[in-house]
Amino acid sequence: MTPAQFDGLMPIVILMGIAVLLFAGGHFVSVLLAPKKPSILKQTPYECGEQPVGSAWSAFNVRFYVVGLIFIIFDVESVLMFPVATIFKELNEVGEGGYALIVFLSFISVLIEGIAYCWKKGDLDWVKSFQVSNKK
Amino acid sequence: MNQTLVSYLSQYEFYDVLIGIFGKNEGLLAFVIYLLFAAAIVGLCATIGGLGTYAERKISADIQQRIGPNRVGPYGILQFLADGVKMITKEDVMPNTADKFLFYLAPMLALIGVFATLAVLPWSSGFMMADLNVGIFYLIAISSLVGVSVFLGGYASNSKWSMLGGLRGASQIISYEIPVTISVLSITLLAGGMGFGTILSQQQGTPIHWFIFHNPFAFIAFFVYFIGALAETNRAPFDLPEAESELVSGYHTEYTGMRFGFFALAEYIEVFVVCGVGAALFLGGGNLPFNVQFDIIPLQLFQVVIFMTKALILYYVVIWIRWTFPRLRVDQLMSICWKYLTPIAIFNLVGNAVWIVVFNGKSIADLVFGGH
Repeated sequence: MTPAQFDGLMPIVILMGIAVLLFAGGHFVSVLLAPKKPSILKQTPYECGEQPVGSAWSAFNVRFYVVGLIFIIFDVESVLMFPVATIFKELNEVGEGGYALIVFLSFISVLIEGIAYCWKKGDLDWVKSFQVSNKK
Repeated sequence: MNQTLVSYLSQYEFYDVLIGIFGKNEGLLAFVIYLLFAAAIVGLCATIGGLGTYAERKISADIQQRIGPNRVGPYGILQFLADGVKMITKEDVMPNTADKFLFYLAPMLALIGVFATLAVLPWSSGFMMADLNVGIFYLIAISSLVGVSVFLGGYASNSKWSMLGGLRGASQIISYEIPVTISVLSITLLAGGMGFGTILSQQQGTPIHWFIFHNPFAFIAFFVYFIGALAETNRAPFDLPEAESELVSGYHTEYTGMRFGFFALAEYIEVFVVCGVGAALFLGGGNLPFNVQFDIIPLQLFQVVIFMTKALILYYVVIWIRWTFPRLRVDQLMSICWKYLTPIAIFNLVGNAVWIVVFNGKSIADLVFGGH
């Protein structure tokens, strides 16, 4: 990479720096101004006045994990389509539009196949129906 | 090489004067220009975010036939400053079982993710801090940090309400990223580029040249994008992560004072950012409704006004939707995303690709009134 390619990155770094400074500054002012009277009751996690039982870091619904997996598959596929989409118009202008369209559609068909498979398997339902597997 | 604010300003004469003042140190001058502009943008966006909370309460009051905040300043317009002062002076409470490092990190990540998106937001054709050639792609990528912060905030609190809210938030934000990304992909296809400069330069002129009116598929894509953006910013009817009637306050149940304030600030700025991106991608951004051959600073400021107007109209619609529709259930949320929006978005993508090949990239307006 040449330095010219980094030109656009300086404002991003500056804005991120401002975010960190704003956070630190807000905390600093808050430490100066806010009262500090910690008590054991205040520092208990809020559970509508009940005594919390156990930790919140326990097993959770496996559906969230499945959603994460499906997301990764689709996200990577849509990321891979960005370069094609960028040059698609140029290809069309030089007369390669039909060829580009076929390649593009065959790639999208993989995506459609993926979503159809997940749909058929019932992974897109939040409350998955287990009746199919019980019959076996 | 990417066009930036500095390379835009360097075409004016006063830039040479500034270079002289800084002793020919272009890097330092660029840093100072970026810093001033970034400070101005952050100030502007923080004000918009603050006024957003005020607007939210005032508009909801209007919809519910109440008066709303009316004590601090004329018409209660300084309410957000009073809220800010209150948040700073509130005691900072943290659960003693919380993961302290992540608990501090989460609101900071939200702020970083939102502020970094401001770098590519196209205020006008010249006033973009950086017109990256991967503009919209970068924006989608970096705004995922907000999703991470929502999950971290929920996890680190070690409270059951927070944990549920964080998990819901993470799954919702990543799910709705798919329809949004594919809708954006349609626009990339039509514009032939990912940079905001490229996308905006093709929507110049009267509203019929906006991408939303380019073809029927792009028209649908706008609504897919808008619904997805509502869900990504956790706005009602998709506000399940912070559903106050089921989860107390969701992922920021345990957050008090300043850190809660930063979460709220990041959320309101993010709503403005997605509205601005929607305005830039589909509604012509800051393009003037007539063609001008010359480029002067006042004209650029006029573009900023046009851009802000479009973005704020979308902002109003977001608030309007929040106070009109009831909240969804989790299973409805997932089925809307995966069974409706994603197939529709893919259909739009295919439709746009076919349209470009069949009509040689011309929009409806070009076909009806003759080409560009």
